[in-house]
Amino acid sequence: MARIGVFVCHCGENISATVDCDRVAENASGLPGVVHSVDYKYMCSDPGQTLIKEAIKEHKLTGVVVAACSPRMHEPTFRKACAEAGLNPFLCEMANVREHCSWVHEKTESTTQKAKDVVRLLVEKVKRNEALQPIKVPVTKKAVVIGGGVAGIQASLDIANGGHQVLLVEREPSIGGHMSQLSETFPTLDCSQCILTPRMVEVAQHPNITLWSYSEVIGLDGFIGNFTVKIRKKAKSIDEHLCTGCGLCTQKCPVRKIPSEFEQGLGTRPAIYTPFPQAVPNKPVIDKLNCTYYLKGRCKLCERVCPTQAIRFDQPDEIVEVQAGAIVLATGYDIKRTDFFPEYGYGKYKDVIDGLQFERLASASGPTGGMIRRPSDGQIPKNIVFVACAGSRDPAKGIEYCSKICCMYTAKHAMLYKHKVHDGTPYVFYMDIRAAGKDYDEFTRRAIEVDRTKYIRGRVSRIYEKEGKLVVVGADTLLGGQKVEIEADMVVLATASVANPGSEELAQIVHVSYDRYKFFAEAHPKLKPVETNTAGIFLAGACQAPKDIPESVSAASGAAAKVLGLFANDELTREPLVAVVNRMAPPLFSTCIGCFLCQPVCPYNAIEREEFKTRDGKLLKAVARINPGLCQGCGTCVALCRSKSIDLYGYSNKQIYTEVSALLDEALV
Amino acid sequence: MKIGFYPGCSVDGGSREYKESCRALAKAYGIELESVPDWNCCGASAAHNLNRELALALPARILSLAEKAGMTDLLVPCAACYNRLMLTQHELMKDETLRKNISEVTGLEFKGTCSILNVVHWIQKWILPELPEKIKKPFDYKVACYYGCLLVRPHKVLKFDRPEDPQSLDEVMKLIGATPVDWAFKTECCGAGLSVSKTDVVADLSGKIVRDAVYRQADALIVACPMCHSNLDMRRREINGYLKQNVSLPVIYVTQAIGLALGIDRKELGLHRHFVPVNLPEKAEATK
Amino acid sequence: MDQFEPKIVAFVCNWCTYAGADLTGTSRLKYAHNVRIIRFPCTGRIDFLLLQQAFAKGADGIIVSGCHPNDCHYTSGNFHARRRWMVFRQMLENMGVEAERIVFSWVSAAEGAKWADLVNETVESIKKLGPYHKYQDMAKSLEEWEVTHE
Repeated sequence: MARIGVFVCHCGENISATVDCDRVAENASGLPGVVHSVDYKYMCSDPGQTLIKEAIKEHKLTGVVVAACSPRMHEPTFRKACAEAGLNPFLCEMANVREHCSWVHEKTESTTQKAKDVVRLLVEKVKRNEALQPIKVPVTKKAVVIGGGVAGIQASLDIANGGHQVLLVEREPSIGGHMSQLSETFPTLDCSQCILTPRMVEVAQHPNITLWSYSEVIGLDGFIGNFTVKIRKKAKSIDEHLCTGCGLCTQKCPVRKIPSEFEQGLGTRPAIYTPFPQAVPNKPVIDKLNCTYYLKGRCKLCERVCPTQAIRFDQPDEIVEVQAGAIVLATGYDIKRTDFFPEYGYGKYKDVIDGLQFERLASASGPTGGMIRRPSDGQIPKNIVFVACAGSRDPAKGIEYCSKICCMYTAKHAMLYKHKVHDGTPYVFYMDIRAAGKDYDEFTRRAIEVDRTKYIRGRVSRIYEKEGKLVVVGADTLLGGQKVEIEADMVVLATASVANPGSEELAQIVHVSYDRYKFFAEAHPKLKPVETNTAGIFLAGACQAPKDIPESVSAASGAAAKVLGLFANDELTREPLVAVVNRMAPPLFSTCIGCFLCQPVCPYNAIEREEFKTRDGKLLKAVARINPGLCQGCGTCVALCRSKSIDLYGYSNKQIYTEVSALLDEALV
Repeated sequence: MKIGFYPGCSVDGGSREYKESCRALAKAYGIELESVPDWNCCGASAAHNLNRELALALPARILSLAEKAGMTDLLVPCAACYNRLMLTQHELMKDETLRKNISEVTGLEFKGTCSILNVVHWIQKWILPELPEKIKKPFDYKVACYYGCLLVRPHKVLKFDRPEDPQSLDEVMKLIGATPVDWAFKTECCGAGLSVSKTDVVADLSGKIVRDAVYRQADALIVACPMCHSNLDMRRREINGYLKQNVSLPVIYVTQAIGLALGIDRKELGLHRHFVPVNLPEKAEATK
Repeated sequence: MDQFEPKIVAFVCNWCTYAGADLTGTSRLKYAHNVRIIRFPCTGRIDFLLLQQAFAKGADGIIVSGCHPNDCHYTSGNFHARRRWMVFRQMLENMGVEAERIVFSWVSAAEGAKWADLVNETVESIKKLGPYHKYQDMAKSLEEWEVTHE
């Protein structure tokens, strides 16, 4: 027989101002099963909690309803209080009479009536609550970091320095990401490679870090603390243990005209290559799509020149499963290419380039050795136009957000250009200058005031080629929208930062949400910026939204701190609000009919197939079984189940149907 | 074969060679262009700046009349008329209350069943299929296809071609043997709205279009809009004044160009009505 | 005769609409008192037979609301709910149940004002439709039939 206690909170005057609390308590005392009902000024205060604890002991309560604020606010508080008094915490429910009642209605009889109704509803529910035990799961103290850009590098180093094993998985042959392509960095103009490459080396040498380059995550199973990550290690066609990275093969390779990804197509590379000289690992891979041997079956020049016989043409891709307790996504971003802009020539003008290409032109290690030369004829441009917001903040292009980094890097580009071409004139077309950040505004002011960059506030409508010049047509909105035409030698588009290709696919593989721009979604935009909605998976860097280097690094360290916090536990406890397949013992008589329609609707792959066989192996029956470690308790399978064999702890059919009845059935009042 | 036809004021007046060439082309294909009975002005260039209801009611009446006459395909050669008719159909189909209100104004039911075709649509649907075997004399010239503003924009409503770099006219021109040039002024404004009131602005805007076409060595400008045509053709004196040179580059309607390829008589195509004489280079004349 | 005050049951998900209704409270926005909220982990958990149960027990109107598409805490529960609702509505209409008494909406955790509007609009429209007894009567007679035939 149920013995329910009802505790009505005044919340100072927040509830009692519009709800007659003592009448709510009085009314509750008349409900069937309620043996104790009181109201109190502050139920969440220490005396309030003591009141509940004492009542539980005194009246031997089997269930508690606290009518107070939202359960999203104080459910943990009251459940903890109940547990301290020896009552299973899952036998405590909250009736929301503040956010959903006293605050949203005037002081009328109906408001008190609503409070009474809500209490009645929860009393009926709590009578059907079951005592549940938290689920305990062990933690595998190893992290997998996906993506080896600056964010992935930082996260890996932080976790590794915290004393835990890290596997860093990078898609490209080398780590380094976009940062390794940059020339100098704002706002200090220090060389990007000079600050990044030591970190890359540290990753390679760190005893706690395993680096798998040229590898991709292709599957993820499991849950927080217990993930199984499936990784494809693409065949590099070399034996990494034998290769010394001498580079003889890359020098001798006869295929030399492949556009280099690292140089953004401004330079070339051979078919067996390392992306750049400081690459980590500094061992080449063979690009099978361009290698003469893979295309035509002959050549093998690299094999002949290799002093350690490290070339392995028959090396297959390897698929490996790794156990991990936490995942950090640091897959970074991409930028729109110039061919995205029909009005700027659809990418057909060689001298209209994007920001990353300019970085390579300005980089001392770039294809021009750091000289600003235009790609078409190698001339030094005397007039150069930078177009900020190329695609960004443009609903017509489907990119409504601000790409955030372009204002700063455009100012930097203009400065770098001016420092290298003293008699040249840089122009910048901009919408707004967004330079919020430490020393950022000072930096853009310097570009304008010291380096005499001509900033024109307005957008560029069209770029066309005429007599060897690029005519940039735009408007100057500060001069009343006057039309401006600049004959430029080169144009740099600060194209929008977008999610990396494949990010949507990866999000689906690892089950994290993503926004409409395919950037990964954080669990809370303010308070959980590095967590995802999937416990145990964290975000670092620009895979979440456009970010500059300092922000990416902070986010990476934040994610690493979360991972280390997780790894500080040997086992985790989870709320046991999970779905179960009800079955009448023995299992053979389960009401589950084995249709498995629940399997495809489960977003967590938590539903397994359980088979019952006779001794001679004949299949008697197959039923669904829910893995409580994987189940997150959404209940989609419960609503779907045709034979009503699945139920959800905490929101069981019995509880919910009773709630509906209790609310409406006059007989119960 | 009968197709609905909405001429509109320009095509019926100042740009009658456009209508003549449409009809000539239709005749060559055995298509009868049947004008919308009792049609009225579509309100282009003026009404939508002054009164939204009027701007919708005028085209709505035309469309209702066409529907009443049982027209399913309605050819609207003028790009401005096409734009107004499409916008009206778009607005009325998404708002039932508005549709009712406008129906009350026009006194005619509006169902939105008419498929509105601009001239390129019409060519793609009715002319292209048999085009290759009908060509008598390939139109072997370098042409600059000029789309103007109204044929391809706003893309959200018209859903025709690529708004920044349209290709449909170029494709048609390639089929009749012409070589379209890659140029920068395909969709720049010619100044149509100021054609009468501010000819100096027209000279500036249209002048740049003509200048670039000449720079790209085009033999002719190909247009599909009477507004564009009148600015580039009729205002050539002002343009020449602006450019400080005499440009003899002819401006030809897409229908006229196809007509020439089909060997239709120049007069039937209305080529004699142009202000800038349509004298195409001799080299091509010789390739008969 | 008192003015008709409809009884409205709201089935909402914990992560978006319940939190959104909390926000309505913390923003002190006022709305009609006729609604009673029942919390679910996700709209995907909502067994639509519950809606019938609510009508059978005398509800005049029902609100079902969860996260916006793509915002589901559980990735896809709201899509399942929407799909189920499309089919279920047709079935209700076929049965002669007034499906317009069920309002299906998305209210995010940030849309406190939208929740207030949703409730007010629903109350208004249900007031216009008047009390709903048909389903309840039908359910009762079925119950009686079952009792007499047991």
